[in-house]
Order: sequence, then C-alpha cells, then structure tokens
Amino acid sequence: MIDLIKSRFPEAVLDVIEFRGETTVVVAPERLIDICTFLRDEPALHFDLLSDVSAVDRFPEHPRFEVNYHLYALEGNRSLRLKVRLDGETPVVASVTGVWPGANWHEREVWDLMGVRFEGHPDPRRIFMPDDFLGHPLRKDAAQFYEEPQFTHNFDQIERQKPYAKE
Amino acid sequence: MGLESKLGNLGVVTARLEDLINWGRTNAMWPLGFGLACCAIEMMSAQAANYDLSRFGMELMRASPRQSDLMIVAGRVTRKMAPVLRRLYDQMPDPKWVLSMGDCASCGGVFNNYAIVQGVDEIVPVDVYVAGCPPRPEALIDGIIKLHEKVRRSHPLKESEPIRV
Repeated sequence: MIDLIKSRFPEAVLDVIEFRGETTVVVAPERLIDICTFLRDEPALHFDLLSDVSAVDRFPEHPRFEVNYHLYALEGNRSLRLKVRLDGETPVVASVTGVWPGANWHEREVWDLMGVRFEGHPDPRRIFMPDDFLGHPLRKDAAQFYEEPQFTHNFDQIERQKPYAKE
Repeated sequence: MGLESKLGNLGVVTARLEDLINWGRTNAMWPLGFGLACCAIEMMSAQAANYDLSRFGMELMRASPRQSDLMIVAGRVTRKMAPVLRRLYDQMPDPKWVLSMGDCASCGGVFNNYAIVQGVDEIVPVDVYVAGCPPRPEALIDGIIKLHEKVRRSHPLKESEPIRV
C-alpha cells in the first residue's frame, strides 16, 4: 500500500512511520489534494472515510504545527494517517473538503482551536468558541485560564475583580 | 380531617399580606430547569419518584422562561452559552429567583479554563448556591427549602417599585 503511494508521488512522501500496526505517511503540503484524491479514488486503496482531521502544536520545535488526517477504508478495514507539517504563526494548508465533504467541521475545529487556516474551505468560521473570541485556545502559548483560582491568600483580590451580575 | 378540625368556628382569617404573598410564591414555584450537564441528571432524579419535587409544587420543569419563576442552573456554563443564559433570565417575568446547582455553576467547579464561566453569578444574580459535584437530590431539595425560607423572609411590598404611568 505504501509502495503504491510512493511510486505515484515519489517526491511528496517525506517520511513513513510504522508503529504497532499503524501507518503514518508524512506528506508535503503542496501535493496534499492530489494525494488525497488518489487515496480516495484508487480502487486498490479506496480510502473513502475521513475519520478525523486534527492538529498538534509542538511549540518550541520547528515546524510547529502538524495536521493529521485519519483515513479509513470501509472495505478492507484499512487505516492510514497522513501528516502535514507546517510552520508559521497562522499556517495555511489546502482544504480537503472537496475530496471528503465530512472534513468541513473538523477543519473548522482546527481553525478555531489551533489557528491553522484552510484555503478553499466553504465556511471558515469558529465552531466552539464564541465568534468574538480572540486567540486560539489549544495552542501551547495560549492563556490557560482567565481567572485565578480563589484561595485564602488571594480571596479579597479576586472578590474585588470579579464581575458579579447586579440585576 | 386535616385542617378543618383545627379551625373550629373560624370563617375569616387575618394575616399579613406579605406573609400570604410569600406563602403563595413558595408553594408553587415553577422551575425553568436549565439542565446543561451532569447536574441535570441529578435534577431529573430529584424530580422523579423517589425524591419528589412535586411536593414543593414543582410538578413540571417548564420549558418556557415566560412561565417559570425559578431558574435552576444545573451544570457548566460555557462562554458561548452565557449570552443565551442571560437572555433566558431576562425573559423570565418578576418575581424570579436563581438557584445555582453544583460546583460548576457556583464557581467554575473543576474547570478553570478558556471555555467555562467561573461561576454563573458573573451573568445572573444568584439567590442560593448548592454545592456538590453533582449535589445529591437531597442537597438540591435542601437548596430549594433554603430558597423557600429566603422567600418567606423577604418583604415584597417594601422592595417593589411604584407603578409609573
């Protein structure tokens, strides 16, 4: 299976990792749509279910973000993971909603929580956080909380700052 | 039987108007069960047969805020849900009370992060806080009884504003 992908896209497959029966293929972001279309349409592979699109923030390392695509072939019970490594403050990668329409909300989640832009996404807006929220909460350098836990030593300080609803 | 045997020849009873108003308000306080998360399960089980909320007049959790007077915030309130909560509170007619059920509604609970409001009292004024994660149905009933005592102690005639024409 990997040999089929490698023979078709020799320069785009950067790395192949095998771990406890799971196969991960690291792909160059420029050829992502071509590889995804090939994986879906090729009769021998036929990965027609995109289970998940998620992202990892490896903050001090470069490249910082990794977007993972979990694929599953219903006939043949085959799983595959595609990884795309990206760098930058707001990295951009092509959207796979044209290949698998189910990626719509997963990519919205990745944009909302990690800040990875998907080019060509039909509905690029936040899905979990309120629309006027600033920032991307699941990044490693995002604020962990907006109010400190109120212990005895800082009870009065937090009591003063807390915006109690009056009416 | 019951009340009639103690009344004797009483036909007319005098009482303070405030007491009557408060008694009427506590006896049939209809809750808007705002069950958001796990505390909703305990609220449902408090409503069910074993720990009955119907004996307090809360036969049904009204679905509409226009028909309810008690809002039981049961569960975590996210920052996305907060304006919705405020809107429902505003839609409730006076007199209204808020009972914050559970740790997450009272203070944020175990969640101190980007998504959860640290205490629903940042959004609506709360009358009674019930602690617990989740509070047992008996604890919720205790909170409701404390709210009834608070209502019985209140002075509705002094606090109300004159009707302005």
